[in-house]
Amino acid sequence: MSILVNKNTKVLCQGFTGKQGSFHSEQALAYGTKMVGGVTPGKGGLIHLGLPVFNTMRDAVRETGATASVIYVPPAFAADSILEACDAGIELIICITEGIPVLDMLNVKHVLNSYNVKLIGPNCPGVITPDECKIGIMPGSIHLRGKVGIVSRSGTLTYEAVHQTTALKLGQSTCVGIGGDPIKGLNFIECLEMFEADDETEAIIMVGEIGGSDEEAAAEFIKSNVSKPVAAYIAGQTAPAGKRMGHAGAIISGGSGKAEDKMRALERAGAVVASSPAGLGEAVLAAINLKIK
Amino acid sequence: MNLHEYQAKTLLQKYGIPVPRGQVVAVAKETVAVTTEIASNAWVVKAQVHAGGRGKAGGVKVVKSASEAQVVASELLGKTLVTYQNAPDGQPVNQVLIEETLPIARELYLSMLVDRSLERVVVVASSAGGMDIEEIAQNSPEKILQEVCDPLTGLMDYQARNLGFKLDLVGDQISAFSKILKGLYKLFKENDLALLEINPLVVTSDGKLFALDCKMSVDDNALYRQKALAEQRDWSQEDSKEAVAHHAGLNYIALNGNIGCMVNGAGLAMATMDLIKLHGGAPANFLDVGGGATAETVTKAFKIILADSNVKAILVNIFGGIMRCDIIAEGIITAVKEVGMQIPVIVRLEGTNVELGKTMLQTSGLNIISADGLTDAAVQAVKAVLV
Repeated sequence: MSILVNKNTKVLCQGFTGKQGSFHSEQALAYGTKMVGGVTPGKGGLIHLGLPVFNTMRDAVRETGATASVIYVPPAFAADSILEACDAGIELIICITEGIPVLDMLNVKHVLNSYNVKLIGPNCPGVITPDECKIGIMPGSIHLRGKVGIVSRSGTLTYEAVHQTTALKLGQSTCVGIGGDPIKGLNFIECLEMFEADDETEAIIMVGEIGGSDEEAAAEFIKSNVSKPVAAYIAGQTAPAGKRMGHAGAIISGGSGKAEDKMRALERAGAVVASSPAGLGEAVLAAINLKIK
Repeated sequence: MNLHEYQAKTLLQKYGIPVPRGQVVAVAKETVAVTTEIASNAWVVKAQVHAGGRGKAGGVKVVKSASEAQVVASELLGKTLVTYQNAPDGQPVNQVLIEETLPIARELYLSMLVDRSLERVVVVASSAGGMDIEEIAQNSPEKILQEVCDPLTGLMDYQARNLGFKLDLVGDQISAFSKILKGLYKLFKENDLALLEINPLVVTSDGKLFALDCKMSVDDNALYRQKALAEQRDWSQEDSKEAVAHHAGLNYIALNGNIGCMVNGAGLAMATMDLIKLHGGAPANFLDVGGGATAETVTKAFKIILADSNVKAILVNIFGGIMRCDIIAEGIITAVKEVGMQIPVIVRLEGTNVELGKTMLQTSGLNIISADGLTDAAVQAVKAVLV
């Protein structure tokens, strides 16, 4: 198995005919993702990349039976797109868009909480189950189907974790980029919970970064709920306080959100914490070996 | 994006929140007109910089006469004010705010912010005003009060009353305080603020409430729809290299080391800094060039990194992703030639066509070191600055 997506997941794309939507849908199709169409208001009825374009998500879901949707619209329209997908009955929404105002996300989350829907992102690379389904902007070719579940707040650091686990022939079950925004959909805990329950996942890599306290909360969860080996890395050990490091959520404020606190919490929870981003592969191997003993 | 105190207070007034009478000036002799217009026993002259700790740094002074106001203003204007928050560089004082003084009976603390774990706007208040909230949190956490706002209903009257009574406000002060809080909530939402802090909110000896000082920062992601606020951005308060980078569409933060960094992705950029430190070096900056590391963006990035004279080597760390490494290598080679690079450039490439990319870098005849992996890149960069 895997988590969240597999070869049967039917995927729609919002912002389908735009530059980003077109490029990444083409890549997803080439990877074998079951893309079934997309939405661009006003372009309904057209065929794009061999797939139908719809005006609304309601039409698209009714006609295709899709359960997942990926969003590539500009920040000003992203809140609307997320809620449109939710309203249309989509179960898994993946929002790649970076730069959504935080007060928009606050309202969006308030609505999503009353539905049975999962949101990944925003400001994230997406989700991939190697050889089955790639939704997002990650390069498919670096992946290898295998046993490590990866969850990360950073896109390029997810690729590092993938690259290293591929090189070690461990491979990945599913990789989830939860995104770099302060207010987001799925968080570490939900992903850890799914990886813990997934038969194929034998070990977990989590990549965090400065800002907020999600890693500390994840550490608490690991302590009592995760039996599988966990390796972790926290980016921003050298980041100055009070500066936003690229991601909207990556900021040490009022003395909280520091990398060292997160690393210590994860170590205390039994995770193997790599001090270098180059050590993720070795850390997960060490975590696996620790559990075997 | 941060606003100056005087800009924040203009917004407060617009939302009906009482502030002391005041006027901002950029030329010292204008203080004369201001002190004439604003009748008061004494005035306070406040340096306008984007940093806390102005008082202790000599940036806030009480004056008794128009002539004294002018002297203080002329001392402050044009000066670089260094406070504990912006040390060691400090920030230039281009304006001073002249305000009436008020008879202060009590100082309260008030702020609004987005709490990321609650996913709500929260109001924080304390009777221990005038101190930093971190200081209050450390010394007397029991004095920190909080109300969480539901996005649908916003801040309710009962929440304002909860805070007002806990702050020992009495009589008419309760309704005045509620009115202030509701105004602040409206202001916060309508202007896409990330933080609003009034410290202190004072109770005067005749029982009135005033916002004596105010800090506001606007959500950068919302600036596209907050054009009037975006126009008020004072670039003189920000690192000049960071300002240039911002205008070039790059994410750059200046640091104190000597190894310049150019990386794709914010997480990897932070990780690259960590890696340099781990191997005994010091990063000169954080720089995320984003996904499309083209010759044009790489050239821009190199120019910004090289504007920092401390930089003795540059570490380029690109995880190719969907973009092919040979195209990235070509971009780097073009950029190195274009800027006339005098210092070593260490490049770590990963992704599609990585071998071709590396060969192109190695055979370019330029001062480019092609590294094998992350660790090697950091080690080589640290070695390069030691020579």
